[in-house]
Amino acid sequence: MFILADFDFNVMRPGFGLLFWGTVTFLLFWWGVGKVGFKPIMNALKEREDDIQGALDEAKKAREEMANLKSEHTALLAQAREERSEIMRSAKEAKENIINEARTKAKEESSRIIASAKEQIENEKMAALIDIKNKSGNMALEIAEKILQKELKGSSDQQTFVQKLVDDIKLN
Amino acid sequence: MRKILISCLFVFGFALFLNAQDHSHDHHNHDHHNHDHHDHNHDHAHKDDHSSHGGCGHHEVDPATWDPAPTAFHHISDANVFSIGPFSIPLPCILYAPDHGLSMFMSSKFDFDWNAHEGTGHKAIDRYVLDLGVVRRIKDNSFPMGEIKIDGITHKKENDVTVGYVCYGGNKYQIEDQSTIDGGVFGGGMTSFYDFSISKNVISMFLMVLFLFWLFRSVANTYKKRRGMAPTGKQSLVEAIFVFIQDEVAKPFLGHKWEKFTPFLMALFFFILALNLFGQIPFLGGSNATGNLALTLVLAVITFFVVNLNGNKHYWQHIFNFPDVPAPVKAILTPIEILGVFIKPLTLMLRLFANITAGHIVIIIFISLIFMFSEFGRNMGIGVGAAAGSVFLTLFMMAIELLVAFIQAFVFTILTASYIGAATEEAHH
Repeated sequence: MFILADFDFNVMRPGFGLLFWGTVTFLLFWWGVGKVGFKPIMNALKEREDDIQGALDEAKKAREEMANLKSEHTALLAQAREERSEIMRSAKEAKENIINEARTKAKEESSRIIASAKEQIENEKMAALIDIKNKSGNMALEIAEKILQKELKGSSDQQTFVQKLVDDIKLN
Repeated sequence: MRKILISCLFVFGFALFLNAQDHSHDHHNHDHHNHDHHDHNHDHAHKDDHSSHGGCGHHEVDPATWDPAPTAFHHISDANVFSIGPFSIPLPCILYAPDHGLSMFMSSKFDFDWNAHEGTGHKAIDRYVLDLGVVRRIKDNSFPMGEIKIDGITHKKENDVTVGYVCYGGNKYQIEDQSTIDGGVFGGGMTSFYDFSISKNVISMFLMVLFLFWLFRSVANTYKKRRGMAPTGKQSLVEAIFVFIQDEVAKPFLGHKWEKFTPFLMALFFFILALNLFGQIPFLGGSNATGNLALTLVLAVITFFVVNLNGNKHYWQHIFNFPDVPAPVKAILTPIEILGVFIKPLTLMLRLFANITAGHIVIIIFISLIFMFSEFGRNMGIGVGAAAGSVFLTLFMMAIELLVAFIQAFVFTILTASYIGAATEEAHH
């Protein structure tokens, strides 16, 4: 079972068969796998590389935009804050103004109401006094008439005299 | 290379020393074993006929002189059978001999033992034989054609080259390897036939290419389906490697032209990586496609064409007429530059081949230590100890090889990218 292989170093002697099949196989391999494998893979890799580069560029751009936006945002925020305080200040002012105005108006109104009330009271009082004067005059007249009817039996001179007397009476 | 490798392994020398020490004590056992062997394999005389002393008779492994290198070379070699564990699976043979024409059949026709690892055929088909899993051809025209039952195959070392002989009808017929294009530099050259078989390495290539085709197609579909979503599953794994090659190799070296060459670089990287890794799966064929000079040559030549066909004016000007350099320097520089055009792919070819082959050889030699220490089962005590040590060493080596599989695929790809980058670079001065 031990083989004594008397064999030469024949791998250095290129035979025609291996030369032929080697050439055919390698050229077919180069052409065939180049077509279905290497070139599509190359293209796919290039495409993906471009995609990745594009994505990175986009991310960078987005980051820059974000940074811009952020500064814009902070500026806006500061502005908004300022505006808010401005608005608050003016609102406060307006409130105070309104309150003051209302207060003065109320004061005015109340004084006006009080004044008119006083006037009315005065008027009413006067009217009442006049009424009282008239009524009391009339009453006195009636009384007097009755007295005089009894005594004078309706003399117009007497009536005029009495009226004059009534008018002269000052109710104070 | 073999000698350098072995001499580098002091362990190997130590093993030989131990073997020599124990040899005399074992002599009796040795003979006994021999007889056993003989009786058992009475009707399978050819099965163990690998004697280097001539004849197709029985061969006995001699622990004192046993050399693990041929075993290693057998394991890293391409083959016409696919051995999974102890079993051999037949593969299609497509053989062409100018004097006979085209022959196509499954290697099972050689009638090798399906439950034996070595894959030696018991039949010759039209003078082709299956010798240790490799198709070889009988040189002698007098050998009959058709399906012939042979007595066995034996090997002999002649001028540092192993020569095989088929024993048939009392005669020995020399066999030869397939034609190779090394022109005899590495012991090959043109012979009487060409082997275009779907061999073990070719099958491994097909399997890996189909696997990668499926993998990349499904990953590409996942990208389509899960558009704009995070990767999942195998997509994550593939993407990590893919993006690494794309961003660390293609883009830095190729500038704005990276998209044009990325599919080529990816194809190189994943093809080499898959075959490197597939060759490292133990007991699964042990295919050594990227450790075979033929395949690295193919890759290097394709790289050469891709680089030089895309070379621009600037590139060629730097080779043939280097600007702003005095004429005498140009005379030296131009030949060097021209040589460089060819040396660049040549180094790519050799680097990948040497790294993968060396890793496989070292692993096989570490495994061989078990057999050398135990003297092929004659000394089990030492064998168990050697096995423990060998497992540790092999595990260590396999971890390194796993690293090497990635590194070599990466190195081949990055160097190719740098060559393409240099060839397509625009003038900048």
